[in-house]
Amino acid sequence: MADTPVFEFSPAEIQEIQRHVAKYPESRSAVMPALWLAQEKFGWLSPEAMQLVATTLDLPYSHVYGVASFYTMYFKEKVPKHLIEVCTCFTCSVTGGPEMLDYVKEKIGADAKGIGKDGKIWCRAAECLGACDTAPVAQITNRRYVHNLTEEAVDELIERLNKDEEIPFSSIPLKNQANFES
Amino acid sequence: MGDWRTYQKNLLPDIPNFHKIEVYEKEGKGYQALRAVLTDPKWDRKTVVNEVKDANIRGRGGAGFNAGLKWSFMPPKQEGLPRYLACNGDESEPGTCKDRRLFEYNPHTIIEGAIIACYAMEMDAAYIYIRGEYADWIDIMQNALDEAYAKGYAGKNIMGSGVDIGVYLHKGAGAYICGEETSLMESLEGKRPYPRSKPPFPAQVGLWGKPTTINNVETLGHVPYVIRNGSEWYKSIGAANQPGPMLYGISGHVNRPGVYEFPSGMLITDLIYTVAGGIKGGKKLKAVVPGGSSVPVLTAEMIEGITMDADSLRTRGTLLGTAGMCVLDETTDMVKFLLRVSKFYDHESCGQCTPCREGTGWLVKILKKIDSGQGTMRDLDMLISLCDNMEGKTVCALADAAAWPVRNTLTRFRSEFEAKVKQSTFAMAR
Repeated sequence: MADTPVFEFSPAEIQEIQRHVAKYPESRSAVMPALWLAQEKFGWLSPEAMQLVATTLDLPYSHVYGVASFYTMYFKEKVPKHLIEVCTCFTCSVTGGPEMLDYVKEKIGADAKGIGKDGKIWCRAAECLGACDTAPVAQITNRRYVHNLTEEAVDELIERLNKDEEIPFSSIPLKNQANFES
Repeated sequence: MGDWRTYQKNLLPDIPNFHKIEVYEKEGKGYQALRAVLTDPKWDRKTVVNEVKDANIRGRGGAGFNAGLKWSFMPPKQEGLPRYLACNGDESEPGTCKDRRLFEYNPHTIIEGAIIACYAMEMDAAYIYIRGEYADWIDIMQNALDEAYAKGYAGKNIMGSGVDIGVYLHKGAGAYICGEETSLMESLEGKRPYPRSKPPFPAQVGLWGKPTTINNVETLGHVPYVIRNGSEWYKSIGAANQPGPMLYGISGHVNRPGVYEFPSGMLITDLIYTVAGGIKGGKKLKAVVPGGSSVPVLTAEMIEGITMDADSLRTRGTLLGTAGMCVLDETTDMVKFLLRVSKFYDHESCGQCTPCREGTGWLVKILKKIDSGQGTMRDLDMLISLCDNMEGKTVCALADAAAWPVRNTLTRFRSEFEAKVKQSTFAMAR
């Protein structure tokens, strides 16, 4: 084991967690923000990372595990750095979402778990991402949205992720009423 | 209603940088409603509740309950007992994409509305719960919130009035069930978010066991407009029984999908053929799901003359939901579409109640069987029987939300299901 991570929060991170604790009447309520912080720090929520959250907030491990295991955005297994989650739900299911997911899988050479050949990108189907008007849509590693997916857009996306480039935030302009006269 | 073509947008105005507090204050009369409520003696707490009640803001999260009436359910303030507002920005009902626009383009109206609500109901704090997938929009909301705090519009002694109201953001982590109000409270409390049995209702026993009201973020976003312009103005917009601006999220097989702000109660045909530019590729319309994946689907024939308000939609046996409309053209395979919707509910069932945990799984299994051509006519009856055993038999409404689309798609597009199942060719017994 060359680089075994040390399961500790830095003083700054402890402070950050205390800032969250202060928002709520009970410190237990800070378990979700603390799990987010742990996941950002360690890349995924290993049992050690969840134990660290439990110790920091003075909660039983079982409670923290119970919360973490409920939500899809907390990774309970070690995962590659970049995630492409393609929505295949509802509107996306009839506007090309499943086809886009298949295309991503093929491009990265995904195995049964969706992990790409070089272990850098993984993919999975997402449930509704709340961007039905720009379907099909994908979310990149729990943050950026890529709207109106096409094969070309997927090619570009994978190229960027392979180079660890940031995916820019794309704002969808408001619809203007001016179009509807007549 | 006035003509929608000349309607001036309120919630999503075409003003650049409206998400910035200076622009919101200057161009949108921002925080004037809050200032009036806190400093003008005319606006005591009861008057605010009554004005909102009179405006008849029907909750925009899907249930369509009068927001002011909900506010009036809060018990009298007990000294020393904190009270909370939970703002529901979980927005997870498939087909719904309106709250995200509000976070991006008009975040301050949500914050202002939440603080007014807290004042009116004598609450100590507001918790804005936003789904984890909206990480970028949570940042936008946090910026807006920081601006409001910096100006003294949130926190201690707001605008020098002596009123203290904290406003906090809470980031979800990917669970549809957290949009259910009691599940949202459990999630905020840091527990596994299993919905709670009611009663006791949140107004009695809510967040951390204290009196709580839960409103959708868009609903709260309407409040400053009602306070500024009055309930009569609000009621003059749109449908009589469900007034106000409405954010229509139109998606699917249309030429111009998008989130459009118009008066409530618009004709579905106007929305599809004029606003959204008609069906893509000149194809024929097959079906419309008017308000998110759980509401009963309408066939193309059923939408004639129907408007987007609860009363009109009820005559066709469906609901307004979140006004997130999905338009499906003639090429859509309704069995496959329903199968995917059912998979969603199977994935999102929290597993607390047996009828939902098992029922959603069986819906998927049977629909898969039908879709693959292995189904029988009896499977169609089995689907209906499953729905009978799910609806109204669980702690929360997820089981109903899963069963409604199955029951109604099967009933309204039965021939498509029958075409996929095996023919009954059993030899007669001799």
